[in-house]
Amino acid sequence: MPTEMSGLATLSDQLILATVLLYVFAMIGYALDLGFGRVRAAAAPARELVSVGAGAAAPADGPPAPAGGSVAPAQGPEPPAWAARAAVAAVALSWLGWAANLGAIVTRGLAVGRWPWGNMYEFVVAICFAAVSAFLVMQIRQPVRFLGAFVSLAAALGLGFAVRYLHVQAGPVVPALNSYWIAIHVTAAILAAGLFILAGVSGILFLVRKDGPSRLPSRADLERVAHQAIVIAFPIWTFAVIAGALWADKAWGRYWGWDPKEVWSFITWIAYAAYLHAKATAGWKGRAATIVQLVAFGCLIFNLVGVNIFLSGLHSYAQVP
Amino acid sequence: MTLTEDVRADPVRPAGLGPVGWLRWAWRLLTSMRTALILLFLFALASIPGSIYPQRSISPDKVAQYFKDSPGMAAWLDRLWLFDVFTSPWFAATYLLLFLSLAGCVVPRAAAHWRELRRKPPAAPRNLSRLPQHASFAAPGRTVDDFAALLRAKRFRTVTGPGWVAAEKGYLRETGNLLFHTALLALLVAVGAGSLYGYRGNVLLVEGNGFANTVAAYDRYIPGQRVSGESLEPFSFTLDDFQATYVATGDRRGQPLDFSARLRVADRPGAAERPYDLRVNEPLDVNGTQTYLLGHGYAPAFKVLDGKGQVAFEGAVPCLTADQMTYTSECVIKVPDAQPSQLGFLVRFLPTTVPAADGSWVSVFPGAANPTAQVFAFSGDLGLKSGQPQSVYQLDTTNLKPLVMGNKTKPLAVGDTLPLPGGAGSIQLTGVREWISLQIAHDPGRGPALVAAALAVLGLVLSLTVRRRRVWVRVGQGENGEDAEVGGLTRTDGGAAFADEFSTIVTTLRGREAGEADSREGANHAH
Ligand code: HEM
Repeated sequence: MPTEMSGLATLSDQLILATVLLYVFAMIGYALDLGFGRVRAAAAPARELVSVGAGAAAPADGPPAPAGGSVAPAQGPEPPAWAARAAVAAVALSWLGWAANLGAIVTRGLAVGRWPWGNMYEFVVAICFAAVSAFLVMQIRQPVRFLGAFVSLAAALGLGFAVRYLHVQAGPVVPALNSYWIAIHVTAAILAAGLFILAGVSGILFLVRKDGPSRLPSRADLERVAHQAIVIAFPIWTFAVIAGALWADKAWGRYWGWDPKEVWSFITWIAYAAYLHAKATAGWKGRAATIVQLVAFGCLIFNLVGVNIFLSGLHSYAQVP
Repeated sequence: MTLTEDVRADPVRPAGLGPVGWLRWAWRLLTSMRTALILLFLFALASIPGSIYPQRSISPDKVAQYFKDSPGMAAWLDRLWLFDVFTSPWFAATYLLLFLSLAGCVVPRAAAHWRELRRKPPAAPRNLSRLPQHASFAAPGRTVDDFAALLRAKRFRTVTGPGWVAAEKGYLRETGNLLFHTALLALLVAVGAGSLYGYRGNVLLVEGNGFANTVAAYDRYIPGQRVSGESLEPFSFTLDDFQATYVATGDRRGQPLDFSARLRVADRPGAAERPYDLRVNEPLDVNGTQTYLLGHGYAPAFKVLDGKGQVAFEGAVPCLTADQMTYTSECVIKVPDAQPSQLGFLVRFLPTTVPAADGSWVSVFPGAANPTAQVFAFSGDLGLKSGQPQSVYQLDTTNLKPLVMGNKTKPLAVGDTLPLPGGAGSIQLTGVREWISLQIAHDPGRGPALVAAALAVLGLVLSLTVRRRRVWVRVGQGENGEDAEVGGLTRTDGGAAFADEFSTIVTTLRGREAGEADSREGANHAH
């Protein structure tokens, strides 16, 4: 049985602090780029098909952005050169933070000798990691670096919250969690949540961005990023819920029993399904669809924070200290 | 989903139609995609109270507590079925409406899709340059059939006319969509059937005792409406041993690590017994009837001698666990047969006993490292004859005289005997056993529900990832004297990615030599 506070567990805790710092620095870099980089035009026309390898946002030597990656053409004076360099540094810092985050998860897992997402602290750490991973992977292929500041901020806040309010010492889990299902069910939930966070951040920016030139990306870009993330995340979420039901059938004696977590997973699922319908149905694009998406995102967050903390149920393994 | 269903979204209200017309209108309204969506939303909303208020089916004790704490409020909530949300009429109504709506929506669409699957792609529109995707290039000497062949190689379905080719692909999207919705329907049916034809029940079993799967053997039995008592799977088992292990040191001391119950199972009456190690994530499955390990506790065994020196009680007494961290447990022994007067005992069972600073005794660990029992004895009338049903976990002390009281008396270790004052008899702690609580459930809907859920995901992925798209080629009519004109259209969102695909299609259609020619291609051309 793993000991109380092995060296690895301590290392994991330290790596998390390093991760937070790196994410904060990365955020500053992205923010400098956003604040002093190019101003973007209003909204790119909906059918803008030119793929401009626009400004700081597109990796110079990367593959071309897919058509419709419609970053609106640059406007205004040429930005200072260091703004672009800040962006490059920010991406490097993000990768470093990502590596530290990964290291923290792996060392925690080694310290406890099980999958490192058995309580709410570990779970939130993993979700932040998933969100940053989703962003980093996406920015390799697409000009979405503008999201960096906000994703880093969200991850840093999430990790900070986890460290401050959720942290529990590394240790074994209760018998119900001692199952290979944790690898399936919780991993899927983490992946989906990471992507939903990316979409949620884009959605919030969409609502914040005013018409006219702005340092924020065009609304069409934001909408596209959100839609892409959700299209991938939704089936994964569906799978996570079904895997949960399969596990519940083994652990709790029924596959579905309207436990609070089940209720809210279901509500979240419906809300994202509604978003996808809204997108596909004429007349429900843009603002309206974004609001539906953010309602769904709210349900997701409530399911994580609210249900674990305020409603008691079978998912009370969350071990909120 | 596709745009087509919007056409059906808002049926026009009939003006001055008879009852049949109104019915038809109501049916169309109910089965429109928008209504299905709204009902799905309502279904989700309807489940929220079930996550906020305690539910009888899940935690009856919490509901009872609610009634105790705020009776007025509770009565009102109860009138609205808020303690039984998932079996309430209004929840059932949403469920039923949703079901009807989905069914009414899916069936006609499946028929339409079937027809669509066998229809040819529609002919080319007159002006291809007005389509969202458009390109033109020189193609001397190429024919309609050349282009059609190239498109077919890209797995398009094609049809040709005088000077044009029409091509379409991505039918799997609608197929997936229909699969998803049909699977959702099947899921609703499976869940419903499971609750009608299934049953569940709870049993508490002390080490050494057995259980046979009959209605009478359950402590609590909840059958579906269509289950008869004779249809229970006739298996039986004996609990030989239960083992729990806990974290022994550190600040997680006392956290359970593993539970394991050793059973001897007979699948049928008279069948050879097989051993089974029942654990939390490993239910016992006998022909689809599952037995789950839910909880455990202590059942100290006592021997009570009455005032006449006769054995008035002997056996293990299941205790309720009062504290999960230390497994301090509370039990009641009623000895109605004791002479000259009835005896009653309240027992506090301490699995790992240590003396506390104030002179009392407490348990510090859930495992039975140093088990003792603190006994409070009473004599008099247990009140069993009043006809009122009594809980085995409660002692009604109104007509009882306390004999032994006090927290400070040293608790009984195994083998110790406590003589009762006034020659009323004695009580001896003879041993410590454990009990487990089990849930036994039979749900014939499980398998079908899983299949339906898996199909739903498959359908979902198809309908989200496949795009329906059409491409047309006209030969020999370009405005600027080109020989070929291509237009493309996707009927679903995500036109951005289609632009990519369209340009590769155009490249293919132009062929090799066109690549370096002075391209007048307009594919990547903003509108
Ligand atoms: C139908 C059944 C289930 C559903 C719908 C479900 C749903 C979910 C969802 C949506 C999450 C993700 C994030 C969040 O907290 O919001 C989650 C996390 C989790 N689930 Fe489940 N689940 C089910 C069954 C189970 C079972 C049977 C177990 C274990 C015995 C389990 C253990 C966990 C754990 C350990 C987490 C990680 C985060 C935490 O501790 O809150 N789940 N579940």
